Amino acid sequence: MKNKYSIFSLIKNAFSHHENWGMAWKDPAPKKEYDAVIIGGGGHGLATAYYLAKKHDMKNIAVVEKGWIGGGNTGRNTTIIRSNYLWDASAGLYDHALKIWEGLSQELNYNVMFSQRGVINLAHNLQDVRDLKRRTHANRLNGIDAVYLNTQEIKKFCPIINTSQDIRYPVLGGTLQRRAGTARHDAVAWGYARGADEMGVDIIQNCEVKGIKRNEDTVEGIETTKGFIKTKKIGVVAAGHSSVIANMAGLRLPLESKPLQALVSEPVKPVIDTVVMSNAVHAYVSQSDKGELVIGAGTDDYISYSQKGSHDIVEGTLNAILELYPIFSRMRMLRQWGGIVDICPDASPIISKTSIKGLYFNCGWGTGGFKATPGSGDLFAHTIANDEPHKLNAAFNINRFVSGDLVDEHGAAAVAH
Amino acid sequence: MFVINCPYCGEREQSEFKAGGEAHIIRPKQPTELSDDEWAEYLFMRKNIKGVQFERWNHAHGCRKWFNVVRDTSNDAIKAVYKMGEKPPTY
Repeated sequence: MKNKYSIFSLIKNAFSHHENWGMAWKDPAPKKEYDAVIIGGGGHGLATAYYLAKKHDMKNIAVVEKGWIGGGNTGRNTTIIRSNYLWDASAGLYDHALKIWEGLSQELNYNVMFSQRGVINLAHNLQDVRDLKRRTHANRLNGIDAVYLNTQEIKKFCPIINTSQDIRYPVLGGTLQRRAGTARHDAVAWGYARGADEMGVDIIQNCEVKGIKRNEDTVEGIETTKGFIKTKKIGVVAAGHSSVIANMAGLRLPLESKPLQALVSEPVKPVIDTVVMSNAVHAYVSQSDKGELVIGAGTDDYISYSQKGSHDIVEGTLNAILELYPIFSRMRMLRQWGGIVDICPDASPIISKTSIKGLYFNCGWGTGGFKATPGSGDLFAHTIANDEPHKLNAAFNINRFVSGDLVDEHGAAAVAH
Repeated sequence: MFVINCPYCGEREQSEFKAGGEAHIIRPKQPTELSDDEWAEYLFMRKNIKGVQFERWNHAHGCRKWFNVVRDTSNDAIKAVYKMGEKPPTY
């Protein structure tokens, strides 16, 4: 690696007041033709390009991004990483990602600030308790670390939670995945971009796709704001805008795009050293390294691409947060924003070939795609390079909506997305 | 967050309503004769338009009636509201 980051490069650059660091990635003009083009320069798209170059020896590829890399949902999520999903297919997919997360900073030579601080999922009623215990057992059968904690153990692990039994949604227990945690979202995009660029991938920003050219059932290239780019393989990783790209190719997807909101507070001293999710009351909270509380809210129920959600959703989330953490009652919120998430009817993603040769979709991650970024990129790269899914993403094909073989994480109660 | 003009109750906050998704999806006349592909198309595949969309809404915390809305999903601006069974306006 040309510009390997290390303690020595840090010292060396200190002598020039850190003004001479090299660019982490280039800003190339698009070539006329690529072996593959990835549409969407978020974490998943950049990871796909990185693994195509690294593991499948496809170096003549490009990532096209309509804005700037990591400016979409990669920069808008609450950075939670976990793999404690109920169904076998999901457990395999998300734990594959978690295993890559565990060595990612070293692999990329880029600190993604992966912090395995644990994730708690709270139970507030007897059905939650039964569901979460069932999920704990399912996780352990799949080799995923999971423990069930009672109320006192929850209180011990996270002392600021209000465990009084006379509140509206009392804490009856919860699950803990210790390997779960958070990572720095921007660093993930930047780390993958730097790694992909190093291997010759062209990262083309401010380049919006306007059309997909096909010859009957085969793709020939894409029309962009920077001209026509010829290619035989197109991987679409456009999150909330997946349906927009699909429409250009004359495809229909089982997706609905909705606003999902998050907010951060003013920065304070360390007060919560884990991630606590409460699926029944839809509130989750962690604390960033800057000290801000990072709070995730729910989705609006209507389709929208406006990147802003309803205030009543935020109000409902904050009501729940305040009841669970009375200590936050005088915190002020600093920022609030929305991202557009593409949700499948079964709340599981699509990493799949399509009926059009050379056109691949990686979409439907809904409200929980960040945690899967490395695994998603790895498996999508495999699917594009071999024109066949990897065994870990075979269940996440687009045809499951025809066969009925859904991966119904929506129905797997008490699983937050 | 926006205001919807319910054709029965007048202008109310969006939070009083439940979104019902894409409108004018026609229920199959002969469900027993549908292929798996046709079922998938009817049940799951959606236009998910960025731009002017025809959709159904229910005034869940009001009159509880269903009606149709024409809304631009890129900025949430409502173009028209019309009752169930009425001819959709052209956009």
